[in-house]
Amino acid sequence: MSEEQIKNLEKQFEERILRDEKIEPKDWMPEKYRQTHIRQMSQHAHSEVVGMLPEGNWITRAPSLRRKVALLAKIQDEAGHGLYLYSACETLGVSRNELYDQLHSGKAKYSSIFNYPTVTWADMGAIGWLVDGAAIINQVPLCNTSYGPYARAMIRVCKEESFHQRQGYEIMMKLANGTPEQKELAQDALNRWWWPSLMMLGPTDAESVHTEQSMKWKLKRKSNDDLRQQFIDQTVPQAELIGLTIPDPDLKWNEENKSYDFGDINWDEFWQVVKGHGPCNKERMKARVGAWEEGEWVRDAAMAYAEKKQERKQKQAV
Amino acid sequence: MKENLYNYILGIADNSLILGQRMGELCGHGPSLETDIACTNISLDLFGQVRSYFQYAAKIAGDGRNEDDIAMLRKEREYKNVLLVEQPNTNFAYSIGRQFLFDVYHLAFLAEQQKSADLTLSAIANKCIKEVSYHERFSSDWVRRLGDGTEESNKKMQEAINDLWAYTDELFHQTEADKAMVVEGLGVDVTKLKDEFYKSVSDLLEEANLQTPESKWFQKGGKEGIHTEHLGFLLSDLQYMQRTYPNMEW
Repeated sequence: MSEEQIKNLEKQFEERILRDEKIEPKDWMPEKYRQTHIRQMSQHAHSEVVGMLPEGNWITRAPSLRRKVALLAKIQDEAGHGLYLYSACETLGVSRNELYDQLHSGKAKYSSIFNYPTVTWADMGAIGWLVDGAAIINQVPLCNTSYGPYARAMIRVCKEESFHQRQGYEIMMKLANGTPEQKELAQDALNRWWWPSLMMLGPTDAESVHTEQSMKWKLKRKSNDDLRQQFIDQTVPQAELIGLTIPDPDLKWNEENKSYDFGDINWDEFWQVVKGHGPCNKERMKARVGAWEEGEWVRDAAMAYAEKKQERKQKQAV
Repeated sequence: MKENLYNYILGIADNSLILGQRMGELCGHGPSLETDIACTNISLDLFGQVRSYFQYAAKIAGDGRNEDDIAMLRKEREYKNVLLVEQPNTNFAYSIGRQFLFDVYHLAFLAEQQKSADLTLSAIANKCIKEVSYHERFSSDWVRRLGDGTEESNKKMQEAINDLWAYTDELFHQTEADKAMVVEGLGVDVTKLKDEFYKSVSDLLEEANLQTPESKWFQKGGKEGIHTEHLGFLLSDLQYMQRTYPNMEW
């Protein structure tokens, strides 16, 4: 294809996005668009799958049968999100195995928040309320993103995430209204998860490398700082409602901006965790790589069996 | 309190409780995302069943205990599950083998339990049997795949079946409560499920290129509360929150 033809295609492509048309897997797309989508969607898929681990810790120790069932169902939803996001990636011509390789080798990233430990039951509440809450803020705009399979996956993901967020808040509410010991569990979890949740919305706009291009392709509709502000403004009253204190002495209502001012985020900690030196980065990768390697003989058996079955079928047909 | 009925329900519920706990351990560590989802789903089904059983048991006990007290605040000797379900997730073949042997029994058990004169028990069986037929399809498909897959998977699956075999006979033992419930027309006579169980299991094993173990040495005791060493560890996880923070609502 000549350079001019490509430019022409690119122009048409950008116009389609401007008209809010969805881009589908078989449509022509610039290579950069394809690569950016693979990167973002697979990062999202990896986050869902790695995110199963910190919550999975508490399945066997959930305090009641009702909570155990709800937690199992929630983690199952996450595995399901992983599945459709990996499938959405596959529509762009990359296999799930390649994506796993990228995760296991450390080339691909996942949400850093899952590198924090879940040390008490209250962390199940805090994750649902804050982490899923921040995820929703990030993800709702993606229901209108330009790439069709991603947008459709996100509609379903967001519905389920919103259920998880309410479930997490309900765990916190119960703890906050419980005995002094339970309230302490809730406050302690909020203290530990608050700042990592704010970091989850990404580096400040000045440091964010992908924003401009992503805005154009509707992979992003608001900047990280705007999303963070939205999250804080939405979450502070929820904490107040159940009598918990946001662990930020500088947090105060700004009447002029009609939003909360907040203290400095420890970006050194953020980059430390992103670069692989958070409290659980090594454990999480070890668990994922371990499951994959230990499962190899199982996947091989399934393949061998499927082939044998196919052969038998063909022989019968002859 | 109807003690025999209460103990009979505990016998059924504890099997699902302990197996659900074991399947729940696998979450996030499965050989593929699909099997991970399936194993968690089985765990979820089993805990759903457990809730129905223990809510009913709590009603019968009528002493103020709720489903969670019964599920999580008994002592080790008071759990009545069969030894099979408490066996650990040594590897995927053991998890599948344990699930398969239990599912074949469970399905036959529920088919009979549906006919119970106790309307609650028959209604629960009616709901559970749909889930358990799926479990049985999942686990027997995997026994086929592993048995008739590669040389390595065949060896691992055979080893799991050989080791778990010792725990199959106990499924067909009757406690005093079981016998009393059979007489009243409320309970299933498990002794009658035995022949069919061994026949279906060996048919499937043969199809999966696996040997049916010939050993006639069996282990028992779970139904009387005498467990393998594995159960204590499982219970310390299961009971952790209820023991550490007693008398609280979650």
